Amino acid sequence: MADLAFKDACGPRPKKAFTLPNFIIYTTLTLLAIYYLAPLYVMIVTSLKTMPEVRLGNVFSLPQEVTIEPWIKAWATACTGLNCDGLSRGFWNSVQILVPSVVLSIAVASVNGYALAFWRFKGANLLFTILLFGAFIPYQVMLYPIVMILRDIGLYGDVWGLVIVHSIFGMPILTLLFRNYFSSLPEELFKAARVDGAGFWRILIRVLLPMSAPIVVVAIILQVTGIWNDFLFGVVYTRPESYPMTVQLNNIVNSTFGEKEYNVNMAATILTGLVPLVVYFVSGKLFVRGIAAGAVKG
Amino acid sequence: MSGNARPNRLFRNLSSKIASIPMALTALVIFIGCSAWTVVYSFTGSRLLPKTRWVGVDQYDRLWGTDRWIVSIENLAIYGGCMLVFSLTLGFVMAALLDQRIRFENTFRTVFLYPYALSFVVTGLTWQWMLNPTFGLQKVVRDFGFVDFTFAPLTNSDFAIYGVLLAGLWQGTGLVMVIMLAGLRGIDEDIWKASRVDGIPKWKTYIMIVLPLMRGALITAVVLVATSIIKVFDLIVAQTQGGPGLATEVPAKYVMDMMFRNQNLGQGFAASTMMLLFVMIILIPWAVYEYREKRRG
Repeated sequence: MADLAFKDACGPRPKKAFTLPNFIIYTTLTLLAIYYLAPLYVMIVTSLKTMPEVRLGNVFSLPQEVTIEPWIKAWATACTGLNCDGLSRGFWNSVQILVPSVVLSIAVASVNGYALAFWRFKGANLLFTILLFGAFIPYQVMLYPIVMILRDIGLYGDVWGLVIVHSIFGMPILTLLFRNYFSSLPEELFKAARVDGAGFWRILIRVLLPMSAPIVVVAIILQVTGIWNDFLFGVVYTRPESYPMTVQLNNIVNSTFGEKEYNVNMAATILTGLVPLVVYFVSGKLFVRGIAAGAVKG
Repeated sequence: MSGNARPNRLFRNLSSKIASIPMALTALVIFIGCSAWTVVYSFTGSRLLPKTRWVGVDQYDRLWGTDRWIVSIENLAIYGGCMLVFSLTLGFVMAALLDQRIRFENTFRTVFLYPYALSFVVTGLTWQWMLNPTFGLQKVVRDFGFVDFTFAPLTNSDFAIYGVLLAGLWQGTGLVMVIMLAGLRGIDEDIWKASRVDGIPKWKTYIMIVLPLMRGALITAVVLVATSIIKVFDLIVAQTQGGPGLATEVPAKYVMDMMFRNQNLGQGFAASTMMLLFVMIILIPWAVYEYREKRRG
């Protein structure tokens, strides 16, 4: 027994879990985490308080009695200055904008990426370069002429006008995403399909799209969060009755009518942030992949 | 390329060309056409409607003679300068800390990045409430017993822009961290071994060796942060509406107000052309750099 104990002592020292550098690292990270989490905590506790209680304490104090009244009011009866049916209207407007925008933008961009990867014609790369540069042009520069174009084709103020706008401004990053993905596939696949006599559309629909699920998911994540969070295009290209949720939220919180109801405002803010937050927490690594794809050469 | 009679060149690869029509329209009509249109019309005296009454550089004269525009530029410079410095340093430090083979790396990363999923409107409204002078952080510290503590940037026109900065950093630093982390992970392990053998302290290795090696990630981060700074608009609208006074006005908001509220299209076009110019100043050196890198292989 004694021998064994001796041997043990001779082995490599167990790694110390607690060292000074480790302590500094974890303390810094924890402090940073508090900075990042505090607003979320504050939003949640404020939204669960009654107004008298909000006025009594500070943003960090916990609610004495939890109420979900602010949530109901934020969803169903809060006023924007134009109407008093809360965020629900904005939510459904956003859904109506979101679904066709995501579908159309991904459909167009996947075809672009496919053409750029396999069917490059003269000038295709130039178009692609312009497209990528376009991603950096401040939207303000193009806003007004697009208003005129939409007015000419009768879609100004229409949800479909906004859908087109989202598809246009989502195009650079999504096209890049699909082009890079398709280029990474083995070329033999494409050649074999060509030999079998499949044409442009057939190869895309029958061969490539069925194996594009991972990249389509990344594209959906990118577009759902991007379009849901849009404010600028919503303000410019829709009418007040079809304003998306972000615009509605801003109008509720920053409307100057009556007393400020901070608890309702915070409930409304969380409700608006909920869709992208759920997407973020559910998608995890894929979300990061989406931004990385945009960041690499965007 | 065989001797066969070739069909008209226009019809070669026809499906691909037809399929690319939306892309061509977007690139040529929207990105080039609409931008060029705005630049051209910035030399007109358009007010409620675009008109071709040429006025030379009058709009630009007026623009640079307007207090609100000058203040907007100053605010953008303060916000932008601080945002670049802090988000890059903080993002890099966060990435470096996460790269120490720590536990809970995923948890920390998730926490640091979640604000990036939120909209600027949500960010702005949240921080408006956090910095509320009556109930916000100021009150929190005062409730701890420090009754003279003052921290209410949003009501003080000298500091309001820093209140916006706090919100901007909260939302955007996670992105920088992710890019930097990707850069760090791309660095050869051997470099760390070599620097350890040579006895170079870790922090020195980071600054002198690793940072220059991840130039690509660094430049990407700078370009992304810088262009997002110039676009900043929703954050301001939600958090401060440009106030108090002109304290948080920014160029993008100036453009929007001129075009859609004050019915002064010409001013809006001139101001947005200036924004385009700012972006080009950032973008062109970057494009040249990338191009050179590519040619070097």
